[in-house]
Amino acid sequence: MAARGPQVEMPKQPPEERVDNFDEVAQGYTEEMAIEEALRCLTCPNPQCIKGCPVDIDIPGFIDLMKQGKFDEAIKEVKEKNALPAICGRVCPQESQCQKFCILGIKGDPIAIGRLERFVADWEQEHGVEVPGNPDNNGGKVAVVGAGPAGLTVAAELAKLGHDVTIFEALHNAGGVLTYGIPQFRLPKEIVQAEVNYVQKLGVTINLDAMIGKLYTISELFADGFDAVFIGSGAGLTRFLHVPGENLNGIYSANEFLIRTNLMRAYKFPEYDTPINVGKIVAVIGGGNVAMDSARSALRLGAEKVIIVYRRGREELPARLEEVENAEEEGVEFMLLNNPVRFKGDDLGRVKQMEVIRMELGEPDESGRRRPIPVEGSEYLIDVNTVVIAIGQTPNPIIQRTTEGLETTRWNTIVVDEETMQTSIEGVYAGGDIVSGTATVISAMGAGKKAAKAIHEYIFKKS
Amino acid sequence: MNRILTKRTLTQNVKLFEVEAPLIARKAKPGHFVILRFHEKGERIPITLAGSGPKRGTITIVFAEVGKSSTQLGNLEEGDEILNLLGPLGNPFPLDNYGTILCIGGGVFIGALIYHMKALKEAGNKIVAVLGSRGKKHLFFVEEAKEVADELYVTTDDGSAGLEGLVFLEDLLKERSFDHVFTIGPTSLQKEVSEMTRPHGIRTTVNLFPIMVDGMGMCGACRVTVGGETKFACVDGPDFDGHEVDFDELISRMRVYNPQEKIAMILYQRVV
Ligand SMILES: Cc1cc2nc3c(=O)[nH]c(=O)nc-3n(C[C@H](O)[C@H](O)[C@H](O)COP(=O)(O)OP(=O)(O)OC[C@H]3O[C@@H](n4cnc5c(N)ncnc54)[C@H](O)[C@@H]3O)c2cc1C
Ligand SMILES: Cc1cc2nc3c(=O)[nH]c(=O)nc-3n(C[C@H](O)[C@H](O)[C@H](O)COP(=O)(O)OP(=O)(O)OC[C@H]3O[C@@H](n4cnc5c(N)ncnc54)[C@H](O)[C@@H]3O)c2cc1C
Ligand code: FES
Repeated sequence: MAARGPQVEMPKQPPEERVDNFDEVAQGYTEEMAIEEALRCLTCPNPQCIKGCPVDIDIPGFIDLMKQGKFDEAIKEVKEKNALPAICGRVCPQESQCQKFCILGIKGDPIAIGRLERFVADWEQEHGVEVPGNPDNNGGKVAVVGAGPAGLTVAAELAKLGHDVTIFEALHNAGGVLTYGIPQFRLPKEIVQAEVNYVQKLGVTINLDAMIGKLYTISELFADGFDAVFIGSGAGLTRFLHVPGENLNGIYSANEFLIRTNLMRAYKFPEYDTPINVGKIVAVIGGGNVAMDSARSALRLGAEKVIIVYRRGREELPARLEEVENAEEEGVEFMLLNNPVRFKGDDLGRVKQMEVIRMELGEPDESGRRRPIPVEGSEYLIDVNTVVIAIGQTPNPIIQRTTEGLETTRWNTIVVDEETMQTSIEGVYAGGDIVSGTATVISAMGAGKKAAKAIHEYIFKKS
Repeated sequence: MNRILTKRTLTQNVKLFEVEAPLIARKAKPGHFVILRFHEKGERIPITLAGSGPKRGTITIVFAEVGKSSTQLGNLEEGDEILNLLGPLGNPFPLDNYGTILCIGGGVFIGALIYHMKALKEAGNKIVAVLGSRGKKHLFFVEEAKEVADELYVTTDDGSAGLEGLVFLEDLLKERSFDHVFTIGPTSLQKEVSEMTRPHGIRTTVNLFPIMVDGMGMCGACRVTVGGETKFACVDGPDFDGHEVDFDELISRMRVYNPQEKIAMILYQRVV
């Protein structure tokens, strides 16, 4: 195997500067860097990387085009399989997907596939996006619930196949978690909007402020002439700790904290109307990506000290390593093997202190991670002014509550056939976090692609 | 879309809009609310429905100008369009023939109260209504209330419209029997009413309006403690059993952004 140097580094804003702004941290490759990194690719005849890609992008194919500087063709190759490359290039956990299988990774650095994907997607934005001609409208009418990555993908795929697609999104902006959850400094909202625009240019109609279950029920959509419905309503419902004092002022769910910050731009209050309260000391409870995003947002919102409180150890942190490192570089502190047991407030009902208990790790549990066990009598108090609870999300509930005959699990996720993504109701499909529970952008997109294929076949069989 | 067809000024700081929203109108019921936004940098403002005209394709809202957003909202004129309008949200009030129902509404929520009363009347209830406000000049829709209610009491904090405060309610509750109590309006009023009906054991439905953001059950900003459990007012409510609600927690949570909102209002007034 040919020897290859290390990955080309991607420029980043230095930590001491970036904690004061919401601008994107990772700044992307230049053309030269992109070609240099592409040239590291061995273009394996039997590429392993594709195995790790939930949407089957021809990775060596697009990288080969990049080597030749044919960025316009490279992006077409990517978009063949992935309608949202600027997003995926930024937020996919490539280290556990495509890059994990890269042969170069055995001895050294794998190819930086995500960075290359991001580069060609951004390059296209700068040079003008080419939209494939709309095929004749020869298909059926499809309703999609939710404009997150799952819904956008189903819609794009079906529009390309000539179907008439309408997305119904409850919020006032499309994008799902990409818009309301993942912070600006990791995924600029302008990028998300550009990808949403692309989906619209494919012929998809997006109705905002339209909550299915309230404005229309699923059965009313059929009565209105839709042939099939896809549910991509996501898992945005916050889980709370259910400990005393949790409803004190200054205690946010990660979801509220991030919606205020990202969707409503509270970091620009009072220019924007939505406020947020961030005190001197912020404790973020949880150890996943959502916790890291909340902690890093809190720093940028002016907190003096931000602590991640996580009940297991460092090894067990579910967040991507890169995000943990980013948080550490920015000065986020980690209080591992600790768990809150109660919150105490002042006489105005604001949180003032948090009682935590030390934990130790026992035998591995069902998830394979070692089970945290409280150390009896080890409780102690720490001062906090703001708390953000980021211990997980559960499925959005409205559709399940308003759709008769829709089979769900005891976690309130929707049950589907794994091959077709069809639910217990004929003509109704579902995918993304609403089916899997909180997962990833790319897995939601993968589910969307599968469903699109099945919906296409269903409509043709019906007519 | 979302065009304001009618604008009325009901009191010095209370306005009514009739808004063209045919899709919402065909589903709207008393107890529902909407969330609106009228400019790109605006916050999401929840407002309870005070009426709907499915035939005309309209909904009616009544709101008080209390801070920056609601004041700006009040500056919109007939013909203007509301940028974002989401609804109907929340669960409608369970309409039923309860028998004799005592309906108590205060402040800006008198509009919503009358919307409820009309539907309750249609469902066969006998309605005893109480309208409350700070003072006579803050009252509106008294005539409308008279038309629907079988019996009407009007009371103000300062006694300027006859009755003063809620003391008379004590007697009313003692002397008469009610099958159900429904109250909507300032949280302090709903709390007081719930306290008064508790000893009589009359089922009391309150209509809560904690601070909300998404209004679709995701963020938990609107959480209230009811019967010792945390509920999300936007999807589990906004109606709850008044005897189970932790009102003190609710009132404290509703005040949490007051300092910031004041700053926003002062800055806004400077610009205007
Ligand atoms: C803070 C945060 C950071 C994350 N970081 C990453 C990351 O770095 N990489 C990664 O791969 N994944 C990440 N994830 C996970 C990823 O974002 C999700 O797995 C993905 O967005 C799921 O897509 P979805 O389309 O299923 O649902 P969502 O993105 O949740 O979209 C669902 C949409 O449906 C709408 N909706 C819900 N109910 C209704 C209704 N009744 N009617 C109409 N519309 C409705 C919602 O408003 C929402 O817009 C992160 C998640 C969070 C919260
Ligand atoms: C379900 C529901 C129904 C409502 N119905 C009506 C109605 O019919 N008529 C009416 O006049 N008002 C109603 N409100 C209250 C209305 O939403 C607020 O008055 C408005 O958001 C205030 O904005 P502001 O900037 O003008 O005032 P601010 O200065 O921001 O706030 C004044 C007060 O309004 C409340 N408030 C502020 N932001 C919110 C928010 N996001 N959600 C809820 N309350 C908030 C707070 O308690 C605050 O003390 C309702 C609220 C809810 C949650
Ligand atoms: S307003 Fe967000 S959950 Fe109710």
